[in-house]
Amino acid sequence: MADADSSEPEQQLNPKQKIEIAKWFLLNSPAGEIQYISKDLKTILKDDNVHNLAALEAFPQYNKSHMICLEFPDRSSDVIISSFSEVSDNEYLDPRTAQVAIVDHVKQVCTEARPASDEELPSSYIEEFRCALDAEIMKYASEAYPKGISAVYCVKGNDVEEPGSDFELVVLISAARLSPNNFCNGSWRSIWNIEFNDEDQSVEIKGKLLVGAHYFEEGNVQLDASHECKDSTLLQNPDDSALAITNIIRQQESEYLAALEASYLKLPDTTFKDLRRKLPVTRTLFPWHSTMQFSLTRDIAKELTIRK
Amino acid sequence: MEAAMGLMRRIHPKHTDTALSALLSLMPEHSSDLLSQVDQPLQVLCDEESAKEFILCEYNRDADSYRSPWTNKYQPPLEDGLYPSVELRNLEIEANDVFAVYCDQYYEGGVSSVYMWEDDNEGFVACFLIKKDGSRSGHGRRGYLHEGQWDAIHVIEVGPEDEGTARYCLTSTVMLSLTTNNDSCGTFSLSGSIRRQMSMQLSVAEGHLCNMGRMIEELEGKLRNSLDQVYFGKTREMVCTLRPPAELATMKLPDS
Repeated sequence: MADADSSEPEQQLNPKQKIEIAKWFLLNSPAGEIQYISKDLKTILKDDNVHNLAALEAFPQYNKSHMICLEFPDRSSDVIISSFSEVSDNEYLDPRTAQVAIVDHVKQVCTEARPASDEELPSSYIEEFRCALDAEIMKYASEAYPKGISAVYCVKGNDVEEPGSDFELVVLISAARLSPNNFCNGSWRSIWNIEFNDEDQSVEIKGKLLVGAHYFEEGNVQLDASHECKDSTLLQNPDDSALAITNIIRQQESEYLAALEASYLKLPDTTFKDLRRKLPVTRTLFPWHSTMQFSLTRDIAKELTIRK
Repeated sequence: MEAAMGLMRRIHPKHTDTALSALLSLMPEHSSDLLSQVDQPLQVLCDEESAKEFILCEYNRDADSYRSPWTNKYQPPLEDGLYPSVELRNLEIEANDVFAVYCDQYYEGGVSSVYMWEDDNEGFVACFLIKKDGSRSGHGRRGYLHEGQWDAIHVIEVGPEDEGTARYCLTSTVMLSLTTNNDSCGTFSLSGSIRRQMSMQLSVAEGHLCNMGRMIEELEGKLRNSLDQVYFGKTREMVCTLRPPAELATMKLPDS
């Protein structure tokens, strides 16, 4: 066997190439399926070292882009893993509880928690806006998403102490539903950037909504939907701003859901029809018993075009 | 192999090509199994002599050339390539003509190709292929799709005739992707692949083509239906589980 291997050296991948391939599979795992992909890869690679190195690089990236939610060890609340909440490679901030979660990316668990330091938290002036918005968003998310987890972060102007400067908050809503036993997984991610502009006393709101679903019982079908939108409102006191922003987010997300539903409703009779009709243009099953005539008509048509 | 098929079941259908070549390089010892069990999107080539497009697959490939069903010639030209017997080639010509009409009636466009070859147990195998680009820029009559691909592969084994009947074993695969793109809904994309089988013992009185055609039409219809109703339906259900639409009704009311 060893001889057979060495006779085809060009087909042998070096460990670095194997790691790259393994990472590609891990990063392209559908929502909630990276552990399954990882397990299958381990079997295929037959090289735990390569597998571990790929996992160490791919899991953090996957966890952040999928905005997975992990429970604190004391089960008091959840932390969203994302680039907005990242304090260091394995530390993620939960502003609501002012805690930093220490996570094991590959196992996808939060192993420890520590109180956030003052530098990691926004100033009390910003915190008023953040906290008011967090409360409104949490209320909305719990109504709209049965499994939704939300968080609000300050991503710019953490140290602004009083009116007169710009700052920016980010609202995340992450909802995942995993039912591998029913061969079905899905996730909804909302990312809202909220810019508070001091000069024109306005709040610019930009949203990115990402929805995915995977159904794989005796097949493999995936939905990918994404939508970007924006809106704006006036800068007000923390409580009124929070209400106005949450209303905009609620409305935009509801409209988007309605648009998704509309896309599904249009499928059978319009969109899908452009790929393949349910019935032939003749509206009856294809006349296989009298196909001789097709060949004949084709022959005649061919003859005619040739003679022309 | 089981793990490889597990991966293929999870990885996004739009990445099938990349995933397959990655697996081939990771496990070259399983290359023939992988190539026969994983369906790849179909490719099309133009037969220069007849100026008609034909579909490429393993079944019309010999070395690096592909046989066109329209002229029975290999492209690029190939010395002593494999050809079906004269009798089978005649059936292949007829099947290509008829299937092109079938394709027209169901797909309003698209490319079709049929290939046949003798197998080891006195029967033969036929492969019916359809590739349709349903996008606005392709053959989409209604112009709803920003992107739309449908590939159908029907491989049917026909056993030897026995007392006027023959056994037909059909394996059909459909791979599709469709994307719509507009301001209110952003990008909406569904893609997937499913494969089903069907076997029948049929009288050959009306000819093989008739029997094969009816089975293909039936199974293709079933595949389309289950994609539409079951598979797309399940992803829609998932969206509604993530964010139940019941809330829509209350949302429309002003907050007063």
